Amino acid sequence: MHRYIPGTEADLARMLDKLGLTSSEDLFGDVPGELMLKGGLDLPEALSEQELVRKMKALSRKNSSLDDLVCFLGAGAYDHYIPAVVGQLVSRSEFYTSYTPYQPEISQGTLQAIFEYQTMICNLTGMDATNASMYDGATACVEAAKMAVDSTRRNTIAVSKTVNPEVRKVLGTYMDLCGFNIIEIDMDNGVTDLVRLKELLAGNSDLAAVIVQSPNFFGIVEDMDAVGELLNGSKTLFISYVDPISLAILKKPSEYGADIAVGEGQPLGNSLNFGGPYVGFLATCEKLMRRLPGRIVGQTKDIDGKRAFVLTLQAREQHIRRSRASSNICSNQGLNALAAAIYMATMGEHGLKEVATQCVQKAHYAYRKLTESGVYKPLFDKPFFMEFAVTGPVEPAVVNNDLLGAGILGGYQLYRDYPEYRNSLLICVTEKRTKAEIDKLVETMLSTAAKEGSGMA
Amino acid sequence: MRAYDKLIFELSREGRRAYSLPKCDVDTLPIDELIPKEFIGTAPLNMPEVSEVDIVRHYTNLSSKNYCVDTGFYPLGSCTMKYNPKINEVVASYEGFMNIHPLQPEETVQGALEVMYELRKALEEITGMYEVTLQPAAGAHGELTGLMIMKAYHRERGEDAKRTKIIVPDSAHGTNPASAAVLGFEVIEVESNEHGDVDIEKLRKVLGDDVAGMMLTNPNTLGLFEPNIKEICDLVHAAGGLMYYDGANANAILGITRPGDMGFDIIHLNLHKTFSTPHGGGGPGSGPVGVRKDLAKFLPVPVVEKHGDKYTLNYDRPHSIGKVKSFYGHFAVCLKAYAYILSMGAEGLRNVSINAVINANYLMNALKGTYKLPIDRMCKHEFVLGGLENENGVTTMDIAKRLIDYGFHPPTVYFPLTINDAIMIEPTETESVDTLDAFVSAMLKIAEEAKTSPELLKEAPHNTPVRRVDEVTAARNPIIRFSKTDVS
Amino acid sequence: MEIKKGLYYTEEHEWVRVSGNTAYIGITDYAQDAMGDIVYVELPEVGDTLKAGDVFSVIESVKAASDIYLPVSGTVLKVNTELEDSPEMINEDPYGSWIIAVDMLDDTELDQLMDAAAYKEYLSEEN
Repeated sequence: MHRYIPGTEADLARMLDKLGLTSSEDLFGDVPGELMLKGGLDLPEALSEQELVRKMKALSRKNSSLDDLVCFLGAGAYDHYIPAVVGQLVSRSEFYTSYTPYQPEISQGTLQAIFEYQTMICNLTGMDATNASMYDGATACVEAAKMAVDSTRRNTIAVSKTVNPEVRKVLGTYMDLCGFNIIEIDMDNGVTDLVRLKELLAGNSDLAAVIVQSPNFFGIVEDMDAVGELLNGSKTLFISYVDPISLAILKKPSEYGADIAVGEGQPLGNSLNFGGPYVGFLATCEKLMRRLPGRIVGQTKDIDGKRAFVLTLQAREQHIRRSRASSNICSNQGLNALAAAIYMATMGEHGLKEVATQCVQKAHYAYRKLTESGVYKPLFDKPFFMEFAVTGPVEPAVVNNDLLGAGILGGYQLYRDYPEYRNSLLICVTEKRTKAEIDKLVETMLSTAAKEGSGMA
Repeated sequence: MRAYDKLIFELSREGRRAYSLPKCDVDTLPIDELIPKEFIGTAPLNMPEVSEVDIVRHYTNLSSKNYCVDTGFYPLGSCTMKYNPKINEVVASYEGFMNIHPLQPEETVQGALEVMYELRKALEEITGMYEVTLQPAAGAHGELTGLMIMKAYHRERGEDAKRTKIIVPDSAHGTNPASAAVLGFEVIEVESNEHGDVDIEKLRKVLGDDVAGMMLTNPNTLGLFEPNIKEICDLVHAAGGLMYYDGANANAILGITRPGDMGFDIIHLNLHKTFSTPHGGGGPGSGPVGVRKDLAKFLPVPVVEKHGDKYTLNYDRPHSIGKVKSFYGHFAVCLKAYAYILSMGAEGLRNVSINAVINANYLMNALKGTYKLPIDRMCKHEFVLGGLENENGVTTMDIAKRLIDYGFHPPTVYFPLTINDAIMIEPTETESVDTLDAFVSAMLKIAEEAKTSPELLKEAPHNTPVRRVDEVTAARNPIIRFSKTDVS
Repeated sequence: MEIKKGLYYTEEHEWVRVSGNTAYIGITDYAQDAMGDIVYVELPEVGDTLKAGDVFSVIESVKAASDIYLPVSGTVLKVNTELEDSPEMINEDPYGSWIIAVDMLDDTELDQLMDAAAYKEYLSEEN
């Protein structure tokens, strides 16, 4: 017998007897004999808990975690500090072992927490309405694009080349197979080329939405006011892809006229987890509220007149509308949204502002230190938030290898997505980094350049 | 503290703090020398201002208003609410898994890649498929990914323009038609026959060279194994279509039979159902997709591979549909599923299905004399009742709500749509016969109450943090965020 | 179940009231009863030209969303914006709560619709 299966031999015998069966094989009498698996699954024998721990611990030690490495890598996933309360509270099994809150009477904990999450996302973005969360930032962006296509009855999405390549790839897969067109807007000095955008808007009557990211993939703060002005009065929707931490100091999407704000919520109290699970957010204006995909929690009253929360606007969803639903999505990232809410509540306005400010200050300190030597040159000349790109005399793989040797996780090698930026690294500095760590990064990068760069062109 | 009724915003008092940050130890400059003033926001964030104690008490009190697997039985049909092993949570919290960046150099994440590779291989063995991707975030996302692969397959053959239809049985989950529609497919529903199976004659009539494929769960949504599954697959294949297996009900077949052997071409699994990962109050889930050999080239990139004793991520797959999600999927969820498979072993997984099926049949047998059972035959992991004879106007919803008073989570109700007043029950293998007996006795008592004191059902639940809620007002005048003016 | 004389009816339970070349369109008492509490009515844009059989509105109740089909081709002249804030008007007064008014393209399409007596018979056959 197995520790997760309480049925004993005697239980099974008694139950089979009740059913008038003699063996458990009889339970599968309706499965054609030719389909019965012969010889069992070719999988290892069960491990005891102690053996499992030993094996998994050994596997985990084959990874270098950010406990071992000092992280200057971002590019869509960020190493911010997560207060202990977040982990402690999301680990309550009343939260993590509960189901989707379809029965409001016994799910008020989840429902209220998500209602509060929705409120915080609206407050952070300045938008009117949001849902209970999406799979991640990239798929939230896809859903925003689909909302735009549906509401404008147009078929083309324009996306800036400064949007995170990972997001553009996911968008590309969906747009291709859903039968929509996608146009990339060129960039100029690391930002969306507004002249090209203007031409595009003038020359294309099928544009459902324009997607611009700020801070963009290179960490640069885009001129979102200018984008908003270009789109003002046009039927084309403005989708802004934003970093939630940056919104503590930068303008909110509502302030520059975005119709939909989306982004990756991982920086809000979610661990890096090798890429997932994260949490996407999608917020919009009143006018588009009923086109939101996925779950939404609303406030109402119970029969005794007591304030209560419930999943609402469900008629849009797949379990009711089936093939005419606004989206096929039938889950949200409940636990990750909970973590985001607890993080925002813990930090509060002052904490979020301080995190954002320290990111800006520390990133700019690193930038000054690296570029004042003249060895590493800024790739672009634009204002940035907490990531910046520099070009050096040495291949970035060599730089990163040296950094790794010094216990540092180096920046993102931009040529992976932008072949024209061969020797460039995208460096991320969050509030977690210290002056000593930054100084060591700079020192190591300069010594690599001195060592390797002398023989290179 | 179930009477606790504060919103976090209502606890807010100016000046309270729950965070601490180190002092900024680098040389600083005024922020507007770094970022132009016109990019800086001025509107307040309106976040709550609370202390750490406030936070802890608030969320702890909220958590006490939730029913969960750790408090009791959750017989939700098609949701497979099995026990979520604690050791899996411990494993997922190891620094070496939880605190690694998705873009780290491969040589620094060999353990994580090994987990992904070994899980991939185990799922391929369990399903009988050639290759599995872990990228999809949930079951519905797996469906979408699978259908994208189906579309790519027909496109390569130059048939995507004419193969515009997806067949689903009328008992299918809503996500099946919704996923097909997202990709622009026309959805054709085929009726089930009186035994609850796919009606072969009706299927023949809709098959043609305009069909891209068919989506099926097996056992189906009624918990019944399709005895004609081979024939169904053969018919769809003969028409040039592909067969898609919705793995929602895979808990019935582990180590017993495999979708690959039945003739399915594309499958997805729900790790949060069959493989014990917790539901998290709505997510995260995970929906790996498996395919037969000639479809493997269409799988999303990257694919985790093993070369010698080195694990790598391969992006060089020119026929791939591309990415469907950032990075590699819900790694932490995959990790828990892998720990589960290792804990169960081959024999343990087979016992999962045997116990799940015997538990379901035991419950069905005990309830069928009292509740309607529209299709009375051996079930697999779940079964569907048709409510009570409509005495005193008692509805399936009333029965569901009264169960809460008895300490049970209600079953799935009013689904599948093909059964009137449906009550869909899935006990899973992690419930003991004692729990099942207690559930039966509550169900029988409720049936009795429906005759003698129906108001007990209609007014149920009685002792919950809130009682039945006004969903009409919630949808007519949606309040979906807190603002001080909405306080009542 | 009220069936109002003098209106045209469809098998999908829409009604049409004709005034000159303008057709006012709503849903029948039977339809509102079947849907239950209506929570939202999605309206088309004024100026849209639609064909008979096109979906011109979606009516949502808590547990369902129903497509509403246009009985006669035409250009949308007006939409009943009162329904945006008070969708329950359709429950309370289905024949008084028109959803849209269209300028008919071809009034002979009316001949394809049922009168009150035929609709009554259709309903009794349906059930």
